[in-house]
Amino acid sequence: MLLQVDNLSVSFATRNGVQAAVKNVSYSVDKGQILGIVGESGSGKSVSCYSLLGLIPQPPGRIDSGTALFNGEDLLKLSPARQRDIRGNRIAMIFQDPMTSLNPFLSIGEQLLEPLVYHHDCSRAEARSRALQLLDEVGIVDGERKFSSFPHEFSGGMRQRVMIAMALITEPELLIADEPTTALDVTIQAQILRLIADLQSRHNIGVIFISHDLAVVNQLADHVLVMNKGEIVEAGPGERVLHKPQQAYTQTLIASTPRGAKIASGRERERDSETLVSVRSLSTSFVDYSSHAAKRVRAVNDVSFDLYRGEILGLVGESGSGKSTLGRSILRLVNVDEGTIEYDGVDLLALQGNDLMPYRQRMQMIFQDPFASLNPRMTIYDALAEPLLYHGLANRQSVQSAVLQLMDDVGLEGRFIRKYPHEFSGGQRQRIAIARALATGPEFIVTDEPVSALDVTVQKQILELLLALVAKHNLSMLFISHDLSVVRYLCDRVLVMRQASIIEAGDVENVWRDPASDYTRQLLASAPVL
Amino acid sequence: MEANKHDMSEQEQGSSLWADAWLRLKHNRLALGSLIFLLALVVLCILTPWLAPYGYEQQNLELGATPPSMAHWLGTDVFGRDLLTRLLYGGRVSLMVGFIATAVALLIGVLWGTVAGYLGGRVDMLMMRLVDILYAIPFIIFIILLMVVFGRSMLLLFMAIGAVEWLTMARIVRGQVQGIRQQEYIEAAIAMGLPLSRILWRHVVPNTLGPVIVYATLTIPQVMLLEAFLSFLGLGIQPPQSSWGLLISYGAESMEEYPWLLVFPGLALASTLFALNFLGDGLRDALDPRVAKD
Amino acid sequence: MVRFIALRLLQAIPVLFVVISATFFLVRQAPGGPFDAEKPVIPAVKRALEAKYNLDQSLWQQYLSYMGDLLQGDLGPSFKYPGWAVQDLIGSGFPVTAELGIYALLIALLIGTTAGVLAALKPNSAQDYVPMSVAMIGICMPTFLLGPLLVLVFGIWLEWLPISGWGDLPGDKILPSITLGAAYAAYVARLSRGGMLEVLSQDYIRTARAKGLPEHVVVLKHALRGGLVPVVAYLGPAFAGLLSGSFVVETIFQIPGLGRFYVQAAFNRDYTMILGTTIFLSTLIVLFNLLSDVIATWMNPRLRDGLRGGSQ
Repeated sequence: MLLQVDNLSVSFATRNGVQAAVKNVSYSVDKGQILGIVGESGSGKSVSCYSLLGLIPQPPGRIDSGTALFNGEDLLKLSPARQRDIRGNRIAMIFQDPMTSLNPFLSIGEQLLEPLVYHHDCSRAEARSRALQLLDEVGIVDGERKFSSFPHEFSGGMRQRVMIAMALITEPELLIADEPTTALDVTIQAQILRLIADLQSRHNIGVIFISHDLAVVNQLADHVLVMNKGEIVEAGPGERVLHKPQQAYTQTLIASTPRGAKIASGRERERDSETLVSVRSLSTSFVDYSSHAAKRVRAVNDVSFDLYRGEILGLVGESGSGKSTLGRSILRLVNVDEGTIEYDGVDLLALQGNDLMPYRQRMQMIFQDPFASLNPRMTIYDALAEPLLYHGLANRQSVQSAVLQLMDDVGLEGRFIRKYPHEFSGGQRQRIAIARALATGPEFIVTDEPVSALDVTVQKQILELLLALVAKHNLSMLFISHDLSVVRYLCDRVLVMRQASIIEAGDVENVWRDPASDYTRQLLASAPVL
Repeated sequence: MEANKHDMSEQEQGSSLWADAWLRLKHNRLALGSLIFLLALVVLCILTPWLAPYGYEQQNLELGATPPSMAHWLGTDVFGRDLLTRLLYGGRVSLMVGFIATAVALLIGVLWGTVAGYLGGRVDMLMMRLVDILYAIPFIIFIILLMVVFGRSMLLLFMAIGAVEWLTMARIVRGQVQGIRQQEYIEAAIAMGLPLSRILWRHVVPNTLGPVIVYATLTIPQVMLLEAFLSFLGLGIQPPQSSWGLLISYGAESMEEYPWLLVFPGLALASTLFALNFLGDGLRDALDPRVAKD
Repeated sequence: MVRFIALRLLQAIPVLFVVISATFFLVRQAPGGPFDAEKPVIPAVKRALEAKYNLDQSLWQQYLSYMGDLLQGDLGPSFKYPGWAVQDLIGSGFPVTAELGIYALLIALLIGTTAGVLAALKPNSAQDYVPMSVAMIGICMPTFLLGPLLVLVFGIWLEWLPISGWGDLPGDKILPSITLGAAYAAYVARLSRGGMLEVLSQDYIRTARAKGLPEHVVVLKHALRGGLVPVVAYLGPAFAGLLSGSFVVETIFQIPGLGRFYVQAAFNRDYTMILGTTIFLSTLIVLFNLLSDVIATWMNPRLRDGLRGGSQ
């Protein structure tokens, strides 16, 4: 066995006392094997690996018990010098965010060479030729020239390739990959996953693949470990754990992962119902001040589509495709260059100042980041009472009961009414944000990635809440997302956006069955499935 | 455990970020001590005309300079003036300069920074370019020049110091507002149809206050230092009025014979600066959201 | 890079122009002229003097001729030191001030960064508290207080070091340099601690550790450069502060530097001297600000090629 971890327990000292992060965890990895560790945030999946290599800060962290035999040597009992010998040499790591994991002050080449220079005592020239060879192997062409580049000159996917090259340069026996594709677009994710699998089999190394995404793990791992609250819930061959789970938690996790077509919500939508929003030849651009010469960037280019009353219209695209800008353009949150937006027969772009106000009340938005979408200095009561009072939907006497009603609508207990956003979890905050959007009594809501910051079980609850609210209040919704399976699960029709344009539109199931464009086909093929 | 009890007794009462920050500040003994010290000092200086046993100009040439005694707790200077009295009157001046100039800087800086940061684009570029240019002007040298040319007027001193300090404040506030402007709760407020004034007042400004308070706390000692510096060079407050800088300057002249004339004013200035800096640091820690998370 | 420096130099020109013009007219607004001093001068003599120094011309003519001379590097004659040109007085005083400033800056940077980095490596330990408490004392001890206290203790009571002069007695440069450098060492310590703590919490430091690099490589190679950015950005303002601090230190230790000239010129209403020194010091400060900006920008590869001036 390459790595054999037994009874590992790790705890952290916090202001509220010592909290166990990992409780009596045992697992093992062999050469040529990929072990997937899945769990939601706070499950201890990362800590259970970081602690082996002395990568958790001590204090506040503390390893309470356990052994971790790596080729017969207990990692937890090593001297710091010996630990450094193994770390980055025989056990290498790659991390989630390739944007922040490379040193912005040092050239790519310098960072690539380091492990060889420090671990293998080899000359810089030798190290350089080895590094170039690896750059080639991870699919970076023109390595000679890229060698002296800095991380900011690379895209996210390229940086992750550099990280992988850097990890493999010492020919380690074990690779620990912590959410290596979570920050990447789905097509790039597919490439990186293929690369990892390919290198793993070619070099016959062991891999520990940590992820929150069951579908990704399903695609890659031989063995799977499901963790929850610091404990291993279930372990076994991937096929068995992910497809015939025995533990209730694993079953919940799998049931929460959006899969398959939209379930009939009990309310069959009528086709060809009346058009609510009609967008024609819409273009939006913004000035990019981040480079030397401020330049105009076109984020939405000549886009036309209709949204029907009562439908949930998905808007899918990768990062930078312009999907968020399109959503914000419709709500007039950003300035539009040209085109028309007709809302219920009225041209929104012709409205100015106070004329727009009635429409602000009828259209609302729900945002991605539940931590940024609520004013941290306002209680729930303040946040929900503000739109009610401002739009005259309640008076001083009735506002409290109206707020309580809204909270009840989104499944929040009334006793939380005086609490501030920082006292809530991400899912609860998203419920507050939804309640705020409902406060003005809108008929149309734009949601921008409302569940992508949430754990999968919470995500499921929020999606179900959205479906219920759409039915209850007869809402129409533009649902912006990068996540194809969520869109399929929730939406009636879908628009696919790429490079500022809509390249495909149609009923969700039709698009899934028979995509019209190559890009959509590629997107669908890249999405990992459970 | 404590958090639990809190929850049980006041189930419906949330704790705002301010309340959280205050709780953390209370646990920081050094910062709390500094706060108490400063409050005591302010009260003492306000009440000086009624408390002080002597007048600040009241001379006693026969007595001359005496070391601390029962009659004169901190001793007297060469004119027989009571040092404690002069120190308290000097404190009034020093603190007043510190607070007023900081208030001036705060007002201009917050307004300027909020407008520039929120409006962004070309307005922001123009406004901040002006700040850049003013920043490049060597103000200390300029202030000396001003004091030389126009004589030593207190008003001029306030204005000159305030004019220097608002620049940094404007930069800090602008940076904060730029960050807040990107936050989704601002977009939500716009989508809700709230007018600009309400968005700025209710959603933007309250969220800049943390860093502003911290920076203001750290500006006061800088301003007091600047005043003391000018007074030391003979360009600040004019005698017979006193300020701590002036007292230190006199003390330094005769430190060989009468060291207490240097040591006590120095102690007063240093300990006040100490307290303000510790309080500023404490506030920064208390208001830091990263600390708040765990 | 060249473009960036050129742009910043261009920006400096209007700043300097405004400073020079404002200084010129400010000084002329001052009540009382240089020859209205203590003992009254005979009107005829006064007129002759004023003619000699162009003071009988209109303000605009004086301004234009001054600017013309300035472009040729001529700062005019001193009013109070007859026979001396202002640039010669500056030339004699500046080397002393510069030497003092360099020693102080070296003290500030060496002691400050070392203390700050050490404190950041073990936050909330004795290694953090002790140097940071000392730094806080340093910040709260302005030069005009620290100077006399050092003189009192080391010069008068212990009699270890000379208490005045510059280059006359062995060791007479020690106390002035420490006095001037101490506060800046303290600021640098706090800045470098803050910068290092920030950088050490970054993901790429975790990456460096995960690569198994020795701790000194992690700190010196990966963290230091980013951690010291705030210190470099502070060098410009620090330099301006050092110059004004040198006024005090030179007064306390009776050092014949530029600062002392400046303060004396201010009291004597030696217009050309005030004007010349202000212009000289302002130019120096503006250039130093530029230099510290350029270094800070050059240290960051992201800014190095996308260089732009402006507030960021």
